[in-house]
Amino acid sequence: MSERVKVTIDGISVEVEQGTTILNAARLIGGEIVPPAMCYYSKLEGSGGKCRTCLVKVSKGSEKDPRPMPKLVASCRTTVMEGMEVQNITSPEVKEARKGVVELLLINHPLDCPVCDQAGECHLQDLSYEHGSAATRYEFDRRSFERRDIGDKIQLHMTRCILCYRCVYVADQITDRREHGVLGRGDAAEISTYIEKAIENDFSGNVIDVCPVGALTDRTFRFKNRVWFTKPVDAHCNCDKCSGKVTLWYKGEDVIRVTARKDEYGEVESFICNDCRFEKKKTSDWVIEGPRKISKHSVISANHYEQLAPPPVIRKNPALKEANKEQFERVIRY
Amino acid sequence: MGRKLLLENINVPGINTFEVYRQHGGYRAVEKALKTMSTDDVVEEVKKSGLRGRGGAGFPTGMKWSFLAKPEGKPRYLVCNGDESEPGTFKDRFLMTHIPHLLIEGMIVSSYALGAKTSYIYVRGEMMPQIRILERAIAEAKNAGFLGKNILGSGYDLELYVQPGGGAYICGEETALIESLEGKRGNPRIKPPFPAISGLYNCPTVVNNVESIAAVVPIINDGADEYAKVGIGRSTGTKLISASGNLNKPGVYEIELGIPVEEFIYSDEYCGGIANGKRLKAVVAGGSSVPILPANLILKTATGESRLMSYESLAEGGFATGSMMGSGGFVAFDEDQCIVRNTWNFSRFYHHESCGQCSPCREGTGWMEKVLHRLEYGHGKMSDLDLLVDVAKKIEGNTICPLGDAAAWPVASAIRHFRDEFEWHVSHPAEAIERNYGLARYADPLPKAETVAAN
Repeated sequence: MSERVKVTIDGISVEVEQGTTILNAARLIGGEIVPPAMCYYSKLEGSGGKCRTCLVKVSKGSEKDPRPMPKLVASCRTTVMEGMEVQNITSPEVKEARKGVVELLLINHPLDCPVCDQAGECHLQDLSYEHGSAATRYEFDRRSFERRDIGDKIQLHMTRCILCYRCVYVADQITDRREHGVLGRGDAAEISTYIEKAIENDFSGNVIDVCPVGALTDRTFRFKNRVWFTKPVDAHCNCDKCSGKVTLWYKGEDVIRVTARKDEYGEVESFICNDCRFEKKKTSDWVIEGPRKISKHSVISANHYEQLAPPPVIRKNPALKEANKEQFERVIRY
Repeated sequence: MGRKLLLENINVPGINTFEVYRQHGGYRAVEKALKTMSTDDVVEEVKKSGLRGRGGAGFPTGMKWSFLAKPEGKPRYLVCNGDESEPGTFKDRFLMTHIPHLLIEGMIVSSYALGAKTSYIYVRGEMMPQIRILERAIAEAKNAGFLGKNILGSGYDLELYVQPGGGAYICGEETALIESLEGKRGNPRIKPPFPAISGLYNCPTVVNNVESIAAVVPIINDGADEYAKVGIGRSTGTKLISASGNLNKPGVYEIELGIPVEEFIYSDEYCGGIANGKRLKAVVAGGSSVPILPANLILKTATGESRLMSYESLAEGGFATGSMMGSGGFVAFDEDQCIVRNTWNFSRFYHHESCGQCSPCREGTGWMEKVLHRLEYGHGKMSDLDLLVDVAKKIEGNTICPLGDAAAWPVASAIRHFRDEFEWHVSHPAEAIERNYGLARYADPLPKAETVAAN
């Protein structure tokens, strides 16, 4: 089944293997045409299809059957066909639907970004910045829950949860016994552990990494710092439980947080164990590999001047170029 | 007198027992199918009959059966969807209570056609009496050799199980039903793959409504051609209609598809008109999920023809002026009913029953319910109407399963057809609590459609 099929997304063609989803095909192209995904996580089997932010329009089903699909489809769960044509940001219908989904996701989401540890790496924040409206039309009480500690390392803030089910899949697939699931239904559904039991498992910390919002946060990092004030550094160690490949987040000399290595879509390279995540917080525990490259668009890169390219106005003017020579050299160095 | 195919012997005393059912020609279809027909013959016969799914969507049953994948070495399953929980629909419960052997017989024939060795009847958890009735009927049938190993010496084995649901509306959606049957949380699956390829325990599965399966019995007994003679156009056969609301004679009626709606409401054979001499205001024609129509549009289509009880005629005019056959939950409202309150009530139901898996439905249903609650209790604003239409539009079509659509359609259609009543609730909040809007012009003859002169 290694047959390759051609798919066109927003006018850009790409050849992918059969069985690839539209979302993954779009990620091969990269850039703005990649649909956002709040619930899909390539490392977790069966994830996706729930948040509906990745909806796209299939304007041509395939070479054999050129009829368009009647409804918008979830790109994370729809596989490509030979000759398929997909519209993402070129379709006003898709943009409208996505805006609607973002609005609905936000009606019960607290706007506590200023005190939320996830701020800066939050996908919902990005999404609402791109697609959301400035004001809400929702005039009722928002759904709220008490904060709960799941064990001494993880905190569940259910009010912020968007029910993407990623952490449930982690509990199902990464950890060996499931202690974590969804209770209730509709907008009363909540993530919960089995009778409030603490999650005790070597890999339970990964639920923090997969959470697209600030519903599951690291208690050892709680309120320590804003992520954009910390410096990410790739490091590894010899761990017999996991790959040991992590990102250390420095504030000055101190490692204040350890996470798995996340790519630009927020997906980790490999899951790490709780020892690496919560216990090893000294530089001497790690072999440093070098600074972690963070996408320029991320707020984490803000204030990191070495990555800030000189603005175009300087780049075009020879006089200004000369005056900012030092900055140009720094850009080249990194 | 319309022809009865399913409920012909419903008034025979003791028809719920095996002996009486057998004396009245029961299990003839099993004998005929297993002894004289191949499995493909049965599928072909059902296809030819034009039988359409009676659960709501109206997808041709024979076509659904022919899509079933038949890989080697994998079992195939037939699941009967008895999770009837749509507000306004109660036909399956009636059928299972009073004539359970019809369903068992249909299950045997259908399972034989699909090559299923194990079949399930998934019954809604609240219907405990019906579950007991079915289990008793299965035991009786097994005793008589119609279930179990080597049925009637044909070499065909079938085990039939009844599975009580947990009482969630969403488990009536076929993939959620399958999840629930597997013992998981009843969340709808993302399609594709469709159950016909990978359903129960990842094996090919067909999920059919109780009435669809029961309808297989007369098709096999009398032949597809005879069945297709009943009905009109592509709506063949008979349909059970659960009539409720302000009618003189509410209840379950078996109708020949294609009788006029007006006849169904007003003739003495069926509902016998509106109760207490009131006038008809609105009708929900196919269970709470379908668009509501005012009296003038339910009796006549927008083009002035009389509307018939058939899949096509009820849907005529699309969503602008039409509705749907749905599951046949016919709810009539008289002039004393408040459409705003009814819409709120439906909305409350969908809010409560949303599974919470995908965001538009989880968040949107609650939002609509709250806005409608505000309108009903006199705190609404004019802008709420457009807000509701907009939210409904954002839910519709963007969800995993049809529950999102089902939640959006009643709200959108109620505002489309009864906008002045909603507006009156906003402009006269104090009055709206004390009295109802009344009939207004909802039963007036439709204005002649303007014809655009061709140049």
